[in-house]
Amino acid sequence: MSQTMTTQHRGFRSLKARFTLRWSFWAQTAFITLLALALFGPIANLLIWTIAETWYFPHTLPNQWGLKYWQQVFNPYSDVSGSLMTSIIIALCAVVVCLLVSIPAGYALSKHTMPWRVGFMLLFLIPQAFPNLTVYINIARIFYDWGLNGTLLGVVLVHSVHGLMYSVWISVAAFSSIDPMLSRASRNLGAGPIYTFIHVVLPQAAPGLIAASIFVFLESLDEFTGTFFVGAPEVTTLPLLLYTASMEGNYQISSITALILLIPSIGFMLIINKFMRPEMLSKLGK
Amino acid sequence: MAHLDIRQLQVGYGDKTILHGINLQVQKGEMIALLGPSGCGKTTLLNAICGFVPTQSGEVHIAGHEITQLPAERRNITMVFQSYALWPHMSVAQNISYGLKVRKIPKAQAHKRVLDLLSIVNLEGFENEKVTNLSGGQRQRVALARALAVEPDVLVLDEPLSNLDAKVRLSVRHELKALQKKLGFTSLIVTHDQEEALVMADRVAVLNQGRIEQLGTPEDIYQQPETPFVADFMGADNCIIYKTSEPNVQLHLPNRSTAQTFALYFRSSATQVQAFSNSKNEAGLTLSGLVEQTAFLGQQYRHTVRSGEQVLQADSRECWPIASQVSLFVPPQALHVFDLATHETSNAFQSNLRG
Ligand SMILES: Nc1ncnc2c1ncn2[C@@H]1O[C@H](COP(=O)(O)OP(=O)(O)O)[C@@H](O)[C@H]1O
Ligand SMILES: [Mg+2]
Repeated sequence: MSQTMTTQHRGFRSLKARFTLRWSFWAQTAFITLLALALFGPIANLLIWTIAETWYFPHTLPNQWGLKYWQQVFNPYSDVSGSLMTSIIIALCAVVVCLLVSIPAGYALSKHTMPWRVGFMLLFLIPQAFPNLTVYINIARIFYDWGLNGTLLGVVLVHSVHGLMYSVWISVAAFSSIDPMLSRASRNLGAGPIYTFIHVVLPQAAPGLIAASIFVFLESLDEFTGTFFVGAPEVTTLPLLLYTASMEGNYQISSITALILLIPSIGFMLIINKFMRPEMLSKLGK
Repeated sequence: MAHLDIRQLQVGYGDKTILHGINLQVQKGEMIALLGPSGCGKTTLLNAICGFVPTQSGEVHIAGHEITQLPAERRNITMVFQSYALWPHMSVAQNISYGLKVRKIPKAQAHKRVLDLLSIVNLEGFENEKVTNLSGGQRQRVALARALAVEPDVLVLDEPLSNLDAKVRLSVRHELKALQKKLGFTSLIVTHDQEEALVMADRVAVLNQGRIEQLGTPEDIYQQPETPFVADFMGADNCIIYKTSEPNVQLHLPNRSTAQTFALYFRSSATQVQAFSNSKNEAGLTLSGLVEQTAFLGQQYRHTVRSGEQVLQADSRECWPIASQVSLFVPPQALHVFDLATHETSNAFQSNLRG
């Protein structure tokens, strides 16, 4: 009697298990499909737009295919190549500014003996804590007084403030993950603190600093709000151009611009993937 | 005059004092082992000598010059680190020649020195290898070559062998000792392994809680420990507190009254297991007890014997059956006797060690 009950019970259990398995399988499939659609749907749409010459509303696919707009974009006198150059120059300058600040700051903050350490680290997060728009409007007002509005320098500074959050935190992690014995060994052999920093500490921190630079570069390349308030209309970066193009209904140009913006992101992500050491990530914020 | 002269050195972190008045004189060409349990301040002492931690008081002199306040890079004392601390972004040759490059030695001369050192540490042909491709023993040898390259006044080694597996450790230990004899460098080597200290050092300093308990030749330290701590640390790990009234313990010491309370330390290897006999009037310590446990050690069996309150270890070639009654005998020369009145702290040491 009791035996039959247990078999029954077991049968029920296995049925239930199979059901749960099925259910979770379908749930997973549905979830992944939705995710893929959400991720790749807009990208597919964007890709189609880049090779559409005319595409009117009720049609699912473009009426006329072609590369006309690519030629327009890569025409050396087009707005796109001009603002691409501006974007790259601004991004490189922001990287330099961020490195100049975050190498010394990151090294100092990686020392646990430093007073107010956490306070300083939070300081670099503050601009992110407020709504972007408020921060940038205020920056724009201050920059207006200083005559920085509409200048490359102004835009570089805005991008740097934004990028510093990433670069300082990543640099602190990079410097913290270095074994302090490595610099002791160097001092031990007769090298002063500066020689040690250049020959031992910096090379060890380099992968982290490269990762930080890439983040700053990409963030700068994508930045819109700050550039809009501080730089426009004198300084036109790719995201600003993209914005104007889509406002004017020129989806081809804006799609191609978006695609151009996508290339460095993907490329650099691969590089970061190679350079970022997992143990460094574990030191983030420590 | 001593080559390295440490006088009344007191070192700590913040308010906490770790080293309390260390005095140590190292002669030129001598190798001294600093032996002590984990956390007693061995690494701190080396760091203070190297200039990595500031001293609270006291002085360090090298060849007659005071170096107490000099920064690390101006001391010419090099360290072999427990974790090797090789620079992973440099090749073996770059690691070794770093100190020479800092000293602006011409490239050709530095290269020759690197090759010499590589042959000294038995790593010929490894100069272009990445250090991350080396095994632990090889890394340790690169670290040694790097530290020796600049011909330091003193070489300090912080548990250089502790990260190596047992077999490699033995061979590196021999190489290190042979090298020290051949090149004659003055060195301080830190270890928590008593055998390592005995084998390698000319003299051994036993540290306990930031103080040097005893400084002497390996033989002295092993055969004549001056304090209960040293006796225990050097492997005399049987300890009994002897009181005259104890019924199953008999103590006869030549030239010594046995009317006081003593702490007796002795090695399990010096303890003989004998058939139980009631009265023995031989000089030495005789105890009776029951065998509680035996373990095969290869050469002999280790017996755990309970005698009254106390549990003792004794080695014998014979395996005595469990629960048999035996006599344990320790000859007088193998007994380390401490008068409890003069070693009041010995119980504190004990609880510290065993706790
Ligand atoms: N950087 C430090 N800050 C504070 N205390 C420390 C520091 N380094 C070591 N200590 C303390 O000093 C004592 C001795 O440490 P150490 O010299 O490393 O011992 P050993 O090398 O003999 O194992 C330990 O109690 C340890 O906790
Ligand atoms: Mg240590």
